[in-house]
Amino acid sequence: MRTAIALAVLVLAGTGGDLAIAHAMKRLGEVPSFKPAAIWYFLGRAFRERWMWMGIAQLTLAFCSLLALLSWEAVSFVVPAMALSYVTGALGGKYFLKEQLTRVRWLGIGLISVGVALVCLG
Amino acid sequence: MTSPQAPILKTSFLLVLLVVLNSAGNFFFGIGMKRIGALPSWSMAALHSAFIAIFSSPWIWLGIVSMLLFMVALMLVLSWADFTYVMPATASMYAVVALLGHFVLGEPVTRLRWIGVALICLGVLLVGHTPPSTTRKD
Repeated sequence: MRTAIALAVLVLAGTGGDLAIAHAMKRLGEVPSFKPAAIWYFLGRAFRERWMWMGIAQLTLAFCSLLALLSWEAVSFVVPAMALSYVTGALGGKYFLKEQLTRVRWLGIGLISVGVALVCLG
Repeated sequence: MTSPQAPILKTSFLLVLLVVLNSAGNFFFGIGMKRIGALPSWSMAALHSAFIAIFSSPWIWLGIVSMLLFMVALMLVLSWADFTYVMPATASMYAVVALLGHFVLGEPVTRLRWIGVALICLGVLLVGHTPPSTTRKD
């Protein structure tokens, strides 16, 4: 039971955090180059985004849940089980970020989900 | 704005970096938490002891550094690529983590788990064949 609760917190808070950060990055626009100065400037702008901090708060919650899970479950179970967030992330990407998910992309995400189920059952 | 070819090259480079950093981070966290052990209870004293033990562990700090670098790389790639492209593409780390868990930590990985890992890799390949960005306006 405690594993199910910790996994649910990990997946939902992790997905929410990733989506919020993705939204913040889209608002900033494409980083112009990989030069250190450009990356620092980009990071500076990113940390002034409200969505960035909402994402960090949720990822912190997910991180605490991850540490707790890893203290009693095998890493080869916990990490693959985290891939449940690919399904919630796909839905969030489509409806929140308005990304276009082609049939091939859905198929790929579906295979990943089945793979995750098998990994957890195994 | 960059050329259409440039995002594919730099997206691929950052995706590989994401997989390596995330695998390393989870692996270090796994080692660190196994050494600390499960929480004996959820009392404040037990949580305090666990907090001290966690943040005194060099493995946990290695994991934190890996994850911070992962975060920066993720932010950069998400500035131009789809979230639904980047996140599934990073799932190939499961193969890496399963291998590390099995061969380094000695954790059991059954045949069913290996099949699952193979399906995840196939799914990642399919997602990798879709355009990295469906929201670019260039």
